[in-house]
Amino acid sequence: MQRSPLVFALQLLVTLLAAAFLVVPAAQSILAGLTVNYFQGLRSGLTLDWVAQVWGLYAPTILRSILLALATLGVTLLIGVPAGWALARKPGRLSRLVEEVVTLPVAIPGLALALGLILAYGGIREFRASVAFILVGHVLYTLPFMLRSVMAVLAAIDVRTLEEGAASLGASPWQRFIQVVVPNARPGILAGSLMVVTLSIGEFNLTWMLHTPLTQTLPVGLADSYASMRLEIASAYTLVFFLMIVPLLIAIQIMGGEKRAKKRK
Amino acid sequence: MPSADRLAKLFLIPLGAFVLAFFLLPMVRLVAVAGSGPNGLAEYLVLITNPRHFGTLIATLLLSATATLATLAIGVVVALFLGRNRFPGQKALIAMLTLPLAFPGVVVGFMIILLAGRQGLIGSISQSLGMGRMVFAYSMAGLFAGYVYFSLPRVMVTLLAAVEKLDPSLEEAARSLGASRAQVLRDVILPGIGPSLMASGAIAFATAMGAFGTAFTLATRIDVLAMTIYTEFTLSANFASAAALSIALGLITWGVLALTRNFAGDRVAAAG
Repeated sequence: MQRSPLVFALQLLVTLLAAAFLVVPAAQSILAGLTVNYFQGLRSGLTLDWVAQVWGLYAPTILRSILLALATLGVTLLIGVPAGWALARKPGRLSRLVEEVVTLPVAIPGLALALGLILAYGGIREFRASVAFILVGHVLYTLPFMLRSVMAVLAAIDVRTLEEGAASLGASPWQRFIQVVVPNARPGILAGSLMVVTLSIGEFNLTWMLHTPLTQTLPVGLADSYASMRLEIASAYTLVFFLMIVPLLIAIQIMGGEKRAKKRK
Repeated sequence: MPSADRLAKLFLIPLGAFVLAFFLLPMVRLVAVAGSGPNGLAEYLVLITNPRHFGTLIATLLLSATATLATLAIGVVVALFLGRNRFPGQKALIAMLTLPLAFPGVVVGFMIILLAGRQGLIGSISQSLGMGRMVFAYSMAGLFAGYVYFSLPRVMVTLLAAVEKLDPSLEEAARSLGASRAQVLRDVILPGIGPSLMASGAIAFATAMGAFGTAFTLATRIDVLAMTIYTEFTLSANFASAAALSIALGLITWGVLALTRNFAGDRVAAAG
């Protein structure tokens, strides 16, 4: 199509504005977390003091979020990978229905899920006050991503034939699952795992309702610092969050890029 | 393979138990609590019968719809630009536009405060231009910006993939038959990426309807549905209303996603 320079320039402008809209505040917050005084700007000098203060104030929330994400990953792997295979090997109406129900929590606001959990289990004091309560919420929200990711890979590689081959060689169903299905589903498991960890570390909507003062996570602490701390500390805390989540996001982008590249071939 | 079938059934038990205990049962409980308040079963309709809640519903719907339309409009322009041109730094630009993909709502709220808050960048710029300090983070306008920020990366990913799949020969044919640029856009490009527009628009809309973190960070006084549910539950301890409103909100977001899903292959995240 022949190009009109005006249309081209307008498109370029919108694109650059959109990129600036997304990136400038993130850069601002990184900068604010590292400058001595944000309102005086860079002239006041760079410092790691704010990051150190954040560590002093919020270290438990950071560690808790990491552990929680790993626990969420563990549970979603244990439940999701076997179930993903079980659902993928017999695609039918029942399998669709199960997938549908399991995926529902993604389509419902976290607030509603959390209210349901509190109304159903809030009376069990030890459970309500423990991190396990938040873990349940995170698994509920992330499980569909693991399940779908595993199912998508298994649907694409005709795992049935591979399994039958292994069966004819005398492998038991359990051996076939561990030695044939899991290795073949690895790209899906990896993509699902990245998604689960990323979502769990950043989850706020459910966690805000499910947490107690003793079970605060990183995003809960962030909300607290936004409301009550000076801008530099809030920014430094956000910087810590970025350091945790951006590598995960880049990994997801790279994996998505590879998948697209493969499809194009 | 009869024993493999048995293993598969065994593998579904943990999934079934978890979903039953921590999703289906709590949802049943939610419905039960909503109907057992002082208003009885009438509570289910509180979203429509209570004028204050109804006003909030309309405001939330309008806000979510306009934020979604704005996101889609920006997304189409940017996706067409990035999908059709090759230039140095393009990869970096795409990375910048898709990186905030999983920023939680709270963080998005903070980004908007840094942009348009009391000490925000936009305020400083508008002041130095002699237009006074522009501050709009703590209002509906701030929430609007927040929802666009939240959804733009997701919409971008989907639309960029759709634009790359479009067949350029269709456009060339339309052009050679004398169609104008606007006609090509209306009759060829938009229908071509239509399914992706519907799908990503539905996700953006559903997310905006249920978004809690952004509103929570910007201002607790903004009247959107999620904030109302939160205050009914925690401040007024009005469990029946909170439950009834969550059910209504859940039905809306789920309904929008289910309606548009037929158009699209894959759903990404929704209620972030």
